[in-house]
Amino acid sequence: MKRRNFVQLTGLGAGALMLPVSMMGNDIAAEALLEPGLDLFTKKSLADVALNTARSLGASYADARIGRYLNQYVFTREDKVQNVVNTESFGVGVRVIANGTWGFASTNDVTDAGIKKATQQAVAIAKANSKIQTDPVVLAPVEAHGEVSWKTPLKKDFREVPVSEKVELLLDANAAAMNAGANFVNSALFMVNEQKYFASTDGSYIDQDIHRIWPTFGVTAIDREAGKFKSRQALSAPMGMGYEYMDGLESEKLMSPAGFNLYRNSYDIIEDATTAAKQAKEMLTAESVQPGKYDLVLEPNHLGLTIHESVGHPLELDRVLGYEANYAGTSFATLDKWKSGDFKYGSDIVNIVADKTQPHSLGAVGYDDEGVKTKKWDLIRNGILVNYEAIRDQVSILDQNESHGCCYAQSWNDVQFQRMPNISLEAGKEPYSVEEMIKDVEKGIYIAGRGSYSIDQQRYNFQFGGTVFYEIKEGKIVGMLNDVAYQSNTQEFWNSCAKICDEGDYRLFGSFFDGKGQPSQVSAVSHGSSTTRFDGVNVINTGRSV
Amino acid sequence: MAIYTEEEARKILEKAMSFSKADACVINLGGSESGNIRYARNTVSTAGHQSNQSLAVEASFGKKSGTATIDEFDDASLEKVVRRAEELAQLSPENPEFMEPLGPQTYDESVSYSEATANTTPEFRADVAAKSIKPASEKEVTAAGFLDDGAGFSAMLNSNGLFAYNKSTNVDFTVTMRTDDGTGSGWVTRDYNDISKFDAEEASAIAIDKAVMSREARAIEPGRYTVILEPAAAEELLGNMGRAFNARTADEGRSFMSKEGGGTKLGDKIVDERVTIWSDPLHPDVPTSTWSGEGLPRKKTIWVENGVVKNLAYDRYWASQQGVDPVPYPSNMIMQGGDASLDDMIKSTKRGILVTRFWYIRSVDPQTMLFTGLTRDGTFYIENGQIKYPVKNFRFNESPVIMLNNLEELGEQVRVNGNLIPYMKIRDFTFTSLSDAV
Repeated sequence: MKRRNFVQLTGLGAGALMLPVSMMGNDIAAEALLEPGLDLFTKKSLADVALNTARSLGASYADARIGRYLNQYVFTREDKVQNVVNTESFGVGVRVIANGTWGFASTNDVTDAGIKKATQQAVAIAKANSKIQTDPVVLAPVEAHGEVSWKTPLKKDFREVPVSEKVELLLDANAAAMNAGANFVNSALFMVNEQKYFASTDGSYIDQDIHRIWPTFGVTAIDREAGKFKSRQALSAPMGMGYEYMDGLESEKLMSPAGFNLYRNSYDIIEDATTAAKQAKEMLTAESVQPGKYDLVLEPNHLGLTIHESVGHPLELDRVLGYEANYAGTSFATLDKWKSGDFKYGSDIVNIVADKTQPHSLGAVGYDDEGVKTKKWDLIRNGILVNYEAIRDQVSILDQNESHGCCYAQSWNDVQFQRMPNISLEAGKEPYSVEEMIKDVEKGIYIAGRGSYSIDQQRYNFQFGGTVFYEIKEGKIVGMLNDVAYQSNTQEFWNSCAKICDEGDYRLFGSFFDGKGQPSQVSAVSHGSSTTRFDGVNVINTGRSV
Repeated sequence: MAIYTEEEARKILEKAMSFSKADACVINLGGSESGNIRYARNTVSTAGHQSNQSLAVEASFGKKSGTATIDEFDDASLEKVVRRAEELAQLSPENPEFMEPLGPQTYDESVSYSEATANTTPEFRADVAAKSIKPASEKEVTAAGFLDDGAGFSAMLNSNGLFAYNKSTNVDFTVTMRTDDGTGSGWVTRDYNDISKFDAEEASAIAIDKAVMSREARAIEPGRYTVILEPAAAEELLGNMGRAFNARTADEGRSFMSKEGGGTKLGDKIVDERVTIWSDPLHPDVPTSTWSGEGLPRKKTIWVENGVVKNLAYDRYWASQQGVDPVPYPSNMIMQGGDASLDDMIKSTKRGILVTRFWYIRSVDPQTMLFTGLTRDGTFYIENGQIKYPVKNFRFNESPVIMLNNLEELGEQVRVNGNLIPYMKIRDFTFTSLSDAV
C-alpha cells in the first residue's frame, strides 16, 4: 500500500542521505548469510513438482523460480553505527500459461505440497483471467539449456568479509570527511546476493549466484551565520562486483579535469569522502550560474542517469505499448517512429547498446528470469532508433522471434516482467581525452555525478542537476558553480551530442533501486559511457531566496 | 488469517516476551491481507493477493541492540527468534543513541478499520476494472488503472510494560484514461479507509472527461501564472515539505527550518496567514493509528497555524538531547480549506491554469525547498472566468514555501493519499518550460 509522503520517519535516511531503501526478508545473523541453500538435486526435484503439476492441469507453459535473496546493509553517521541489517528471503514463484493467459502464485512453503498448491493457484488465476483476455500470450521460442549455472565473477564475497571491517571502513571514511571540514556525514554500504534457480517446461534448469554492491555517502557542510548548507554525495557507482570494489586500487582511478579523482572498477571511499568535504565547503561560496546556453561536458557518473531516463525508459516496449500508462507513463518513441527506419534519436555519433553480459555491471547475468541466455543488442545505431527492450511475450509485436533476455523479478514473491537491461553509450572511436575535450570548449560547464532528475511521462522534457559543477571558459576550467540544472528535450539533446571521449575514459554508472510496475518492484541497472559533450544546452539557475 | 485481534496479538507477544533474558526487549507483531488488480489497454493485466505476518524482536544489553524477525509464531519459533535477537545484540556495536523502552502509555481508540474493506473480494476488484474499462471503450478511450486494498494490524509489547495495538484498512485507486488517438489524457485518484465510500464509475467518469477535454492541447508560453491546483496536485508538492519538519536536521543547521545565525524557524511566520496545517489520527475522513513506531501517543498536533511554524517533530533521542518532550511524526496532513468552490475559483480568475496533478517531483535545492516536476493528465487554460482550452504540459520550478506565500484563495478539502488538502489558487507560480508529453 502507498504511504503518505508527509510521514517522514526518523532514522536511517535522516539528513543528507535520502535513500529509497528496499528491505525484504527476515533478519538473520551475518554468519547465516554463508549457510548453503538447497543443493541442486533438491532444487531440481522441487521445480519439477511445479512443472509437472502445471502440465497435468492443462498449462501450456510453466516456469518455477526458487529464490534465496540475501541482503546486508550497513548504515553509519559521523562516528556512530546506526544499523547493520542482514536479511534472508526464501521461497518459490510459479508462473504458468493456461488458456493463453498468464497466472502467477508464490509461496514460502518450499516443499512438494507447498509448490503443488501454489502451482494450482497459478493455473486457477490464469484460467479465471482468460475469460476477459483478448490477446492470447505469444511466447518467442527459447533454446533448452539443460542444466547450467552462472556466477557473478568476483574476488571477495561480501558475506565472508566481517561486518566489523565494513563498519570500520565507513567510520574511517566519515572521519576523513570530518577532518577535511565536513559538519555531517551519513554513509551506507548495500550488499546483495541473489541465489536463483530457474526451471521451465522449455527444458532449462538454471542455477545462478548474483552479487551486487553499493557504497555511498552524503557529506554536508554548513555555514551557520549565513544559515546555509550544501551536500556532496559520493562519486561511487553501484556495481555487479564483490567486496573487491572497495579496494581503492590506484590503477582504477582517473583524474578529472577539475583536479579530483574519479573511479572505474575500484573505489577509494576514504579519498572520495575527503574530496567531498572540501567540495561541500567550497560550494558554500561558489558562484551562482548565469542562465543561458552552454556546451555541457558530462562525466560518465553523471551521464549514466541521463541515459537511464532519456533512453533506457522510453525504449521499454511495455511502456511503448501502454502497459505502464497509469504509473511510469508511456513513451514518445512509438512503434511508427521505429518502423520508419529513419527516426533520428541522436546525432550520427550516438551509438547506444543494451547489454546484459557487460562485466562488472549491475544487470549482468547468464540467463534472465525466464531462462533466456543474455546478450548484447543495438538500440540506437548512428543516431537512428533500431530496436527496443523486449521479452518473450513481447518480441512478436516487433516481428522478432528471439527474446532480448531482459526479464526480471525482484524476488520469488513477485512476478517477472520486462526490466531495463544495462544501456550504454559507446565510446568515441577516435583517440580523444577529457583534457582535449575541455580545450575545445569556449563556454561550457563540466558536470560530474548524479543530482536531481525529473522527466515527463513520455520522456520528452527533462531537467537534470549534478553532484559538482565547474565552469569552462576558453578551454579551461575556471571555478566551481552552484545552482546549475539543464533542461532539454530528449531528441533535441541527443542530437546536440557533439563529441565523445575514447574508451580510456569509459566507466559505469549504476542505479541500485530502479522502480517500476504496480505493485512496484526494484531492479538494478548500469549505464556505461565516456565523457561526452553536448552543445548549446539550456541551463537554468535554481537559486531562490525564500 | 493474518489479522489478529488485540487479545490474540497480546497473547503471542506475551509468550515471546516470556523468553526474553535481555536488559530490554521490544517486540512488534504485524500482519496484513491485501489484494490488487491492474489493468491496461482496456483489459486486465495482472491480479494478485498477498498475505504477510511478521514478528520482530529487538533485544538490548546496555546500549547494544539486535533485531531478528520470524513469520511463524509457535512457541519454539518464538523462543528461537528471541534468542537470535539476543545473540545479535551481543555482537553489535554500542549505539550511543539507544533509548530505554517507554513505559505504559494511554492511547485513543483508533477509527482506521473498516470491515467492508477487509472483506473485499476478487470479484469486487474485477468489477471495478470493468466499471472503468466499459465506459472508456464506449468513448474511444483506453483505461489503465490499479486498485489496491488491504487490511492490517500492528501490535507492540516492551519489557517496560507498554502494549499498543491498532488495526486499519486502506484502499487506493488510480486510473489513467488516454484517448485512443493518444492526444488526450486524464487521471483520477481515490483513497479511503472504508471501501464502501468508493464509487469506481464516478471516479472513472472524471478521468474519461478529462482525457476527452484535454485533446489537442495548445502550446502557451511558460512563465509565471496564476494556478488553480486540484488537491491531488497540491498534495504532491506539500507532501514534499514534510521532511523540513524534522527538528534534528533543523537544529543541526541543514534544513529549510534552520535559521541564519543558528536556531530554527519554530515560531516564525513562513507562509500566508491563512495557512494552517495539522495532523489528527482521529479525523473521521483520514483516520490513522493513534501511536507512533516509538510507542508515543499520537494526538492532534498543529504544525503551521496562521502561517507560523508551531511544532517540529522530535524523536525520543533528540528530544532528550534538547530537553524537550518528544513530538511524534505526523501520520496524516490536514490543511485548512476555504469556502470557494472550484467553479468560484475559475470564475474569479482572469488568466490562469487549472492543474489536475503533478508528476516526477524532485528536490532541486533543499535549502529553499525548491522542487521541479511537471503537470500531467489534464492542464487547462482559464481566461476571464472560463476554461478556454487544454494546454500542453509545463515543467515547474517552485518552492511550496513561495507558493503558500502567494496564496490567493482556498477551497473545499478533499482526501488525497491519506491527507486532507483543499483546492487552492496561487499567483505567480513558476513554469520554466513546455513538455510535448500527453
